[in-house]
Amino acid sequence: MMKTETTARTRRTVLALAGTAALLAAASACSSSASSPAGSSKGGSSGTITLTAMDYFTSEPAHSAVGDILNSCAASVGVRITHESVANPQLMPKVLQELSSHTLPDLLMLDNPNLQQIAQTGALTPLDTAGVDLSGYYPSILAAGSYQGKAYGLAPGVNSIALIYNKSMLAAAGIAPPATWAELTTDAKKLTTAQHEGFALSADNDGEGAWQYLPFFWSSGADFANLDSAAAVQSLQLLTGMVSDGSMSKSVVNWAQSDVNDQFIAGKVAMMVNGPWQFPLLNAATSLHYGVAPIPVPAAGDTLKVPLGGEVWTVPVTSTATEQAAGKVLACMNSSANQLSYAKQVGYIPSLESAATQLAASDPSMGPFVAEVATALSRTAEVGTKYPAIATAIETAEQSALTGASSPQSALATAQTTATQGS
Amino acid sequence: MTHTASPAGHSPASRARRRERAAQWLFLTPALLYMAAFFGYPIIKNIVMSFQDYSISSLYTGAAPFAGLLNYRAIFSSGLFGQLAWNTAVFTVVSLAGQFTIGLVLAVFFARNFPLNGVIRALLLLPWLIPLVASATVWRWMLGQDGVINTMLESLHLAPSTGVQWLASTSVALFAVILVNIWIGIPFNMVILYSGLREIPAEVNEAAALDGVGAITRFRYITWPMLRPVVTVVVVLGFIYTIKVIDIILVITGGGPANASQTLAVESYQLSFRTFLFGQGAAMGNILILISIILALVYLRFNRAALRTEGEL
Repeated sequence: MMKTETTARTRRTVLALAGTAALLAAASACSSSASSPAGSSKGGSSGTITLTAMDYFTSEPAHSAVGDILNSCAASVGVRITHESVANPQLMPKVLQELSSHTLPDLLMLDNPNLQQIAQTGALTPLDTAGVDLSGYYPSILAAGSYQGKAYGLAPGVNSIALIYNKSMLAAAGIAPPATWAELTTDAKKLTTAQHEGFALSADNDGEGAWQYLPFFWSSGADFANLDSAAAVQSLQLLTGMVSDGSMSKSVVNWAQSDVNDQFIAGKVAMMVNGPWQFPLLNAATSLHYGVAPIPVPAAGDTLKVPLGGEVWTVPVTSTATEQAAGKVLACMNSSANQLSYAKQVGYIPSLESAATQLAASDPSMGPFVAEVATALSRTAEVGTKYPAIATAIETAEQSALTGASSPQSALATAQTTATQGS
Repeated sequence: MTHTASPAGHSPASRARRRERAAQWLFLTPALLYMAAFFGYPIIKNIVMSFQDYSISSLYTGAAPFAGLLNYRAIFSSGLFGQLAWNTAVFTVVSLAGQFTIGLVLAVFFARNFPLNGVIRALLLLPWLIPLVASATVWRWMLGQDGVINTMLESLHLAPSTGVQWLASTSVALFAVILVNIWIGIPFNMVILYSGLREIPAEVNEAAALDGVGAITRFRYITWPMLRPVVTVVVVLGFIYTIKVIDIILVITGGGPANASQTLAVESYQLSFRTFLFGQGAAMGNILILISIILALVYLRFNRAALRTEGEL
C-alpha cells in the first residue's frame, strides 16, 4: 500500500472531522426537535388554534366531503384545520409511529375495529371529557366507538353490507332476490351461465374477507367464542357448496370488495355482497340495473346479523384547549345536517337515528342498509382487542375451505385453536 | 521513563505511526456512528422486543413487560411455522435458481457483440426500475382467473378452458409469486454476471477457440471458473434480497390463500401490523436475521478463500 503524502492526509483528517461534527450536529438537532411536546406549536400569538386532522379518505368524493365538513366546522368553531389523508394501508402504521412519538393529530379517524387498540393505550381523550354530546345515536354505533364503557370515537356515518343483485339477470331467470340460504343456493345455481356466475363475495385475507363472511357466520347463531360450532360449520358449508356447484368463482379468495364490484359491473356476477359506498360506481354504469336486498338468513324468520362498518373520529390527548376545540369540531361534524350531507356524498348511513330515518325516506335504495344498521353488531364489542387475531383465524379458515385445502369442519377447528392461542 | 531507555516512544517514526492511527480512527468514526445508529440500534431493539410482551400500549408508554421466551414459543408452537419455513425455503431457492439461470443465459448472450445490444440490455432493466407495488399490481391482474396469462394459455390450448387458478389455488399460488419474483430478479443477475463476463480477458477464450475447444467446453472450463467470485456475490446477495421479500407477496396474494404463499418475512410483518403482536413479529424477524447472518458468514468465508487462491491475501 502506498504511503499518502502528509498534506493530503491532514486534509483528509480535517474532512473526516468535519463529517463527524456534521453527524453529531444532525443527531442533536433530531433529539432537540423530538423532545418538544406535541401541540406546543399550536395556538399562535394571534389566539387562533390550528388543528390537524388525519383520515384515510384519499379518493373522491370522500376526501372533499370530509374536507368541506371539516372546514365549515372549523369556521363555526373559530379554529383553522389542516386536513391530511393517507392511503388506507398506511394509516395504521402511521398512527402507530405517531403514537410512539406522541405526535398524533388533534383529530384522528380510525376504522372502527381498530379503535379499541388505540384507546387502550391511553392516547385518546374520552369524548364526554372533550365536551361531545352523545345522545341520539344508535347504541351499536356508540358501542363500536367505546372501550371499557367509555366512548372514544364517533362515526358521522356508518355502513354495512347487503345483497346487491343484477335486476336484468334475475328477471331473465324469473326469480326474486333470495331470502334464505336454501333459496340463495338454488338461485345462485340458476343464475350461473357460461357468461356469469350466480354469486360472489370477498373472501380475501386482508380484513374484508372476515367482514363479508360475518353476516353468514353470525346469522347462523355462531359466535366468536366458538369458531367451530355446528352453526359456524353450516355457514361455511353454504359458501363451499356454492363454489363446488360452480355458482361462485374459486377466485373469490383473491378478490377484495372492489374486485367483487368490478366483476358485478362487468356482468360476470349476478348477485354480490357489497356496501352502499359502491353506489357511485354502480350508478355510473348506466346500462346496469341493480337492486338491493337484505343478505339471506338460514331460514325464513331468522334474524339477520350484520357487522357495523364505518370510521370513527377521535380526539387524541393533547392540551386541554386543543382537545376542547377538537371536541367542538367533532360535535359539529356529527350535526344532523352534516351527517346527511356526508351520507349522501359517500353512500353512508347517518349515525343519528333521526337523520338515518330522514335518509331512508328520501332514498329508497338506502332503505335495507338503514334497517340493518339498527341491529348491526360491532366487531369489537364482544372480543375487544382480540378481534384482529380472530379475523385472521376466520379468514384463513374460509380460504382453506373455499380452496378445498381442508373441510369446513377442520378449517374452523384450526381457527378455534389459533384464535384461542393468540390471546 | 528516560529518553534513552525507550526511544521508540518519542521517535519521529512512532509519532507518525500514532498520528496515522488517529487519522484512521477519524475516518472510521462517521461510518461507525452511522452503523451504530442505523444498524446496531434497530437490531438490538428488535432483539429486546422479541423477549417482551410488546403491545400497542408499549408504543405509547414505552413500557413492555419481560416475556422471556414466550414469543418464540408462540411462533414455534403455532403449527404454522413448519409450513412458513418450507414456503420460505421453496420461495428463496426456486426464485434464486430461476433468476440466476435466466440471468446467466442472458448475460452470456449479451456478452457477444451484435447490433442494438445496448438498447435491448437497457430495456431488460425495466422491471428493476418500476416500483414493486405497481408491477406487482399488474401481475396480480394478469394472473387473475380471466387475466391475460390464462387467456393466452387457453387460446394456445395449454390450459383447460377454466384456466389455471394461479392465485386461488393453494398448490399454485406460491409458484405464481415465485414466477413474479424471478421476473423481478433477472435484471440484477444479468447486470452483475454481464459485467463479470466482461472482466474475463477475451484472449483466454480466443486461444482456446484456436485450439479447437468447443463453446460448451470453453464455458465449462474457462468462463465458469473465472466467473466464480462474481457468482458467489450474486447468489449471496440474491439470497438476502429474496428471503426478505414482502411487497410482492403482500400485493399479489397477501400470503394466501390459506397461508399457501405465506413466508416468514410476510408473517413477521402481519404479526406486527395486522394483529399488533410486535413481540412475536420481532421474534420472527430475528429468526430471519439469523438465517441471513449465517449465509453472510458463509459468503465471507467463500470470498476469502477465493481471494486467497488468487493470491491477493
